[in-house]
Amino acid sequence: MTDQKGKGSGAGADRVATGRFTTDEIPPESVMLTRLDAALNWARKNSLWPLPFGTACCAIEFMGMVSSVFDLSRFGAEVVRFSPRQSDLLIVAGTVTYKQAPILRRIYEQMAEPKWVISMGVCASSGGFYDNYCTLQGIDKVIPVDYYVAGCPPRPEAVLQALVEIQNRIVANPAPR
Amino acid sequence: MTVGSVETRTDFAPFEARLGDGILSRDRMVGMPVFRIKREAIADALRFLRDEPGLRFNMLTDLTVVDCIGLHDGDRFDAVYLLHSLERRERVALKCPVPEEDPFIDSATPLFKNADWLEREAYDQYGVVFRGHPNLKRILNHKEFVGHPLRKDYDIYKGQWLSEADDLLDELEIRHRLDPKPRSSDRETMTLNMGPSHPASHGTLRNLVELEGETVLYAIPEIGYLHRGFEKSAETHEYNQVVPYTDRLNYCSALINNVAYVKAVEELCGIEITERCKYIRVIITELSRIMDHLVCNAANLVDIGALTNYWYLFNLREKIYNVLESLTGARLTNSYARVGGLWADTHPEFEDGVKMLLKETPKHVNDTLKLVARNRIFLDRTVGVGAIGTEEAISYGFTGPCLRATGYEYDLRKELPYDGYDRFEFDVPSGHQGDVYDRVMVRFAEIFESCRIVEQALAQMPAGPVNVEHPSIIIPSKKETHGSIEGLVNHFKIVMHGVDVPKGDGYAGIEAANGELGFYIVSDGEMKPYKCKVRAPCFQIYSAYPRLVEGGMVADAVAVLGSLNVIAGELDR
Repeated sequence: MTDQKGKGSGAGADRVATGRFTTDEIPPESVMLTRLDAALNWARKNSLWPLPFGTACCAIEFMGMVSSVFDLSRFGAEVVRFSPRQSDLLIVAGTVTYKQAPILRRIYEQMAEPKWVISMGVCASSGGFYDNYCTLQGIDKVIPVDYYVAGCPPRPEAVLQALVEIQNRIVANPAPR
Repeated sequence: MTVGSVETRTDFAPFEARLGDGILSRDRMVGMPVFRIKREAIADALRFLRDEPGLRFNMLTDLTVVDCIGLHDGDRFDAVYLLHSLERRERVALKCPVPEEDPFIDSATPLFKNADWLEREAYDQYGVVFRGHPNLKRILNHKEFVGHPLRKDYDIYKGQWLSEADDLLDELEIRHRLDPKPRSSDRETMTLNMGPSHPASHGTLRNLVELEGETVLYAIPEIGYLHRGFEKSAETHEYNQVVPYTDRLNYCSALINNVAYVKAVEELCGIEITERCKYIRVIITELSRIMDHLVCNAANLVDIGALTNYWYLFNLREKIYNVLESLTGARLTNSYARVGGLWADTHPEFEDGVKMLLKETPKHVNDTLKLVARNRIFLDRTVGVGAIGTEEAISYGFTGPCLRATGYEYDLRKELPYDGYDRFEFDVPSGHQGDVYDRVMVRFAEIFESCRIVEQALAQMPAGPVNVEHPSIIIPSKKETHGSIEGLVNHFKIVMHGVDVPKGDGYAGIEAANGELGFYIVSDGEMKPYKCKVRAPCFQIYSAYPRLVEGGMVADAVAVLGSLNVIAGELDR
C-alpha cells in the first residue's frame, strides 16, 4: 500500500487504490465512490438483527409480524437473535415490571454498539394502563429508546413503520454511533 | 338442596360429624356451599374432604386470601379454599378466619401439590404465613419488595425498585436438602440460568437448572416477571372496565378470558344471558381456542426445531384475526364481552367469515399434521418426554389439554355444561401417557372438535337480542337515552356508578384453552370488585415443571415447556 501512494494524481484517489491496482487501472463502471460510514450504514440498515425482548401480548403480535403475512424479512431484519451479543436492534415488546427491569438493563448493556431500541406498545413506552405497584412506568426509566410505538398491542404495520424509521435514521446518521 | 345457583347433591353429614366444633358456620357463595371452619382444623378438613369415599374432593381448584378489613369487624383475613370433586362434579369451599396479629395457618402442601405455589402467592400478596410450607418465599413480587400489595392498606401506586435479580441459590439449597439425588462422584455439576430472556422461555419464564452433563438434576422455576397487578387494578376499576384487563391475562385467546370474567360477574348478579348471546359466545370461545392451540403448537414445534409448521399455523391464525377484527375491532385484545351480554351484535359478513374459517382450518392443520404426525425426529423428541400420570396431574391441579393428555377425559364443557354446550355434539380427545406428544396431539384434535362446535352453533344460532333487558346492568340504547326520561336516568346511573352487583362472593370456572379458567369475585355492593382472583390454569400446571423435566435431558426441558402452554400473562397476572 505505502509504496503505491505517490503514483495517483490526487490524495483522495490514492485512498481508493487497492493492493494490486491503481485507480487508473480499474474499469470505471465497476467502481462506486462513497464514504466508509455511508457504506457501513447502508449495510447496517439492511441487515438489522433484532432481539425481541418479548414479555407479554406484544410478543404475540411480534410473532405475527415475523410470520409470512407481514413478513419482517422484506426489510432485512428477519434474523431474530436472542443473544444480545449478536443483535443490534432491541425490540421491547410488552410490559416490563420492576422485577424485570434489572434484566432489561443488563441485556441492553450486553449489546454491542451501535444499537437501537424500539419500545413496542404502550406498556413498554409508559406502563400503559398498568399504573400500579409492580409495573415500570416506561422502559426509558432504565434504557434509552429510539422509537416509541403506540398501541395495545400495536398492529404489525406500526412496528414495521418503526423499523423503517430506524433504517432512515441509520442512513441519515453522518457517522456510525 | 340448592345453594346459590348450584344444586349440591353431596351429603356433608359425615364431614360435619368429623369436624364437630371445628365448623364455625355453614355459609354459601354463588357456585358452591361454604363451610367456615377454625384454622386449627383446616388440615384435617381438607384431608377428610379429599379422601372420604362419599366426598372425594380431589382437586384444590384455588386457594386465596381475602382481606376482610372493609367487609366486617371479625378477623382480618379469610383463607379461602375452593375444592372440586372431579368424579362427582361438585364443588365446595372452606373459609378460615385468620387474625392480623397472628396470621398463620397450616400448610396444605402435604395434601395437594399445587398448594405449594398457591400458598406462596397468598403469602406474597397478603402476608399470611402457611406453617409447614417447605419454601415460603415471595413468588410474584421481587425479593426486595416490602409489604404485601393486595392488603387493602397498600397503596396501588407505590412501586418498588429491584436492584438485582434473585440468584435462586437458596431454593436450590432447599431442594438439595429435601430431595437429595444420587450423582456420579467424578462429574461436576453445572448450574445454568435458562431465561428470562431465552428463545424457549415464552416471554418471561426463568429456570435455574443444575445439570450433570446434559441431564437436568434440579430445575428451579422463577416466575413473576410479568406480574403486572391484575388483581389490584381490578379492585380500582368498575366491573366492565376490568374486561380489557382480562384480555391481557391469556392474550393468545383473549375472548375466552372476557367470557370467563363476565360469566363470573353475571352469576354473582344472578343474570341469565340471552340465547343468541350464548351462541355467539360459544362461537368466539371456540375460535379463540383454535387460535390458542395454534400458537401453542406452533411455538412448541419451533422450539424443537420444526419451523415450517409455524408458517402454516400462523397463516391460519392471521385469517382468524381478520374475522375477529371485523367483529370486535381488534386483532388480539378484543374486549368484546360485557356483563349481561356483548359489546355489539354480529354483523352480516361475520357468518361468511366463520364459514370460510371452517373450510380453511382443517386444511392448514392437516398440512401441519402431514409434516409432524409420523415425523421420526418429532416422535423421538416428544414420545415419553415429560410424562405424568393422571393422579399426580390432578394433585398438581392440571386441567384442560394437559390433564386430558394423561388419559382422563375431563372437560368442563361436558362435565358442568355452561352456555348451552350440552346442545352440541363433540368428543373430548385424550392421550395415553401424558407426555409431550400427547399434549400436542390432544390440542390438534381439539381444533377439529372446536370446528364441529362452531359449525353446529352457527347453524342453530337464534335471532333476538344479545343483551339482557336489565336497566342496572346494560346501558340503554341511544334511542332510549335521548327519547325517554327513564332511559336517560338509567344511562346516567350506569355511566356514573357502573353495573349493580349485589353483595356476596362467588366462583365460576369455564373450560379455557389451557384448562379451567375461573374467577373468584368478592363484591361489597360497591361499583368496583372488592376482590377479583383469577384461577389461572397454567399457574398450577407450571408448578409441576420441575417434576416433569428433572431426570431428563436439558433439550427435553424446552420441549416440555412449550407443551404446557404457559402464558406469562395469566401465570403472573
